[in-house]
Amino acid sequence: MKRIYSVLVENRSGVLCKVAGLFSRRCFNIDSLAVGETDDPDISCMTIVSSGDQRTIEQIEKQLNKKLDVIKVKTFDEGQSVSRELMLVKVKYNKNNRRDILETCEIMKAQIVDMSKTMLMIQICDVPEKTRLLISMLQSISIVEVARTGTLALPKCSD
Amino acid sequence: MIGAEAIVKCLEAEGVKAVFGYPGVAICPFYNSILDSSIRTILIRTEQNAAHAASGLARMTGKPGVCAVTSGPGATNVITGIATAFADSIPLICITGQVNSELLGSDVFQEADITGAVESFVKYSYLVKNVNDIPRIFKEAFYIANTGRKGPVLIDIPIDIQNAVINKFKYPQEVSMRTYKPTVNGHIMQIKKVMGQLQKAKRPIICAGGGVLLSGAEKELRTFAEKYSIPVVSTMMGIGVMPTEHPMYFGMVGNNGKAYANRAMNEADLIIMVGARVADRAISQPDLIIGNSVLVHIDVDSAEIGKNAIPTIPLVGDARHIFEDLLKQELEPQDCEHGDWIDTLKHYRDTMQIKRNPNPEYVDPKQFIICLSEKMNENGVYVADVGQNQIWSCAYHIVREGRFMTSGGMGTMGYSIPAAMGAKLACPERQVVAVCGDGSFQMSMMELATMRQHDIRVKIIVLKNNYLGMVREYQHYTYKDHYSVVDLSGSPDLEKLAAAYDIPFIRLVNNHGMEEAIDAFLKNDESMLMECLIDPMDLVK
Repeated sequence: MKRIYSVLVENRSGVLCKVAGLFSRRCFNIDSLAVGETDDPDISCMTIVSSGDQRTIEQIEKQLNKKLDVIKVKTFDEGQSVSRELMLVKVKYNKNNRRDILETCEIMKAQIVDMSKTMLMIQICDVPEKTRLLISMLQSISIVEVARTGTLALPKCSD
Repeated sequence: MIGAEAIVKCLEAEGVKAVFGYPGVAICPFYNSILDSSIRTILIRTEQNAAHAASGLARMTGKPGVCAVTSGPGATNVITGIATAFADSIPLICITGQVNSELLGSDVFQEADITGAVESFVKYSYLVKNVNDIPRIFKEAFYIANTGRKGPVLIDIPIDIQNAVINKFKYPQEVSMRTYKPTVNGHIMQIKKVMGQLQKAKRPIICAGGGVLLSGAEKELRTFAEKYSIPVVSTMMGIGVMPTEHPMYFGMVGNNGKAYANRAMNEADLIIMVGARVADRAISQPDLIIGNSVLVHIDVDSAEIGKNAIPTIPLVGDARHIFEDLLKQELEPQDCEHGDWIDTLKHYRDTMQIKRNPNPEYVDPKQFIICLSEKMNENGVYVADVGQNQIWSCAYHIVREGRFMTSGGMGTMGYSIPAAMGAKLACPERQVVAVCGDGSFQMSMMELATMRQHDIRVKIIVLKNNYLGMVREYQHYTYKDHYSVVDLSGSPDLEKLAAAYDIPFIRLVNNHGMEEAIDAFLKNDESMLMECLIDPMDLVK
């Protein structure tokens, strides 16, 4: 079972290490982890995607809440949230596959953000499922390198 | 005022009476400043024992014990002591010196990333980077260590911060931390549900852990158990929540516990687990006990509830507050009579005793520990080490108004002597006895010097069998007597060792003269070392 944790933490040195250490020490999975400052510079938001059975998922939330640098833990699944991932992919191209690549990008709503005589850099910002799909589509072409942000997510708006 | 003086002021403001530690350059400003204070400094002989001694003191006073060591090896040596305290939720403040803050990260002499290294064994840690933060950090550290689920807090202070001038020293009155607000009171709806289950239960039982002692809820627990006729069992850390011979107390549970206590747990239809982790050594098959009973789990740490067993009624809060609230509920004691159940448990207790065949050529640990318990003062403190001695101590020591302490969670050998020293410093008027094996004794025998130097009058018993008995027993069962690295040959002659430290010595070679020997051992308030020769082939099971 996949679960997303949106964790507000004190923006101090060492906090990322403490949270990541908690996951490794207790054998919890981290599928992805993304960190950034919030509107308040004293607070960072960590978005952690994890998976496990019901008991593990509950333990993760309780253990996160025990950490003294954690201000608030919100937890939800993909359906209850808007989630996005940004990915950059560098591929090698030639005149035979150039058109295919451009078509794939068009269908996937990905953009070409940089190019040289032999390489293209593609950017996609979409739900994590789509970024994974784009990788699989590009796998037949020669992928040079990939960088992904990991999932960012917030619970859906409600009044 | 400099940082080091500010640290001492903080300790004074917290009412600290003693600091255990070992100096080195990086903590020297602190040790220089503490000379001007009335706080006692105890030079322990290895840093691990500084944390154990602070742990013993904390368990007697209910306040955090304090240790202060230097950077690098001083700090890394103390980790086992911190981990031991963490596993048993003992409040500690561990101050470590650190290299100059400008050199941090450059691997200079005696630099160790101690806050990183202890992360999974502390409740919280600080690396002080600004001298003006010292008062706030100490206030928070003492608060964190001794509230909620108690535990060790480490404060790492670079030497330049200790020497820096502090603008204005003001010890805060209150703590304000947005990330830390421990739950004290239990939810009233959950409390009412517990009483509802109690009214329905035919075979209720309370399983009390170390959390009951940590919250000081012994009296409330006893009142509650007596009012509603609920039998009580305990975990190893819970030994002493009730006098051993209280008619409603039915021993320690677990794979080293009493068979009748485990049977009581298995047959109960309502288990009130309080201040206990449902850990593997206490409850080896959590699914078994929740299968046929209603489980109420009371703990101050919500993460412990549901970790190893899913309770019917989770109840987060401090044990003392929760028992007080439970006692306020309107349920007539006559609606909760469990005479048949209690009679059944008494029958189990009378008929399910382990039958031992002691070797008459040696001291029988069972008879010895019972005799020692009976002769100790009512309020004596008994500190058991780790190994066969611990299991025998748990099984046969009789707690009356005293305390029983041991390293339960981590099972750290060598705990008893330093912890007993801390307990004796906390309560000089009480009798404190450390009971260890010859393996655990040799892990902390260097502290005999500390006892002599600081006149800490602990009484020490060594159950000597020339083996690491617990491991030998395991190898006996698991590897069919294929013994590996458990022979303790080469151990010192304890009589000569005691003489070297100028500590009186008694040796007991078999059960003859046991009473006289124990009388002589306990007769005055002096330190004494007693050696009991026990059968090397004896087993705890």
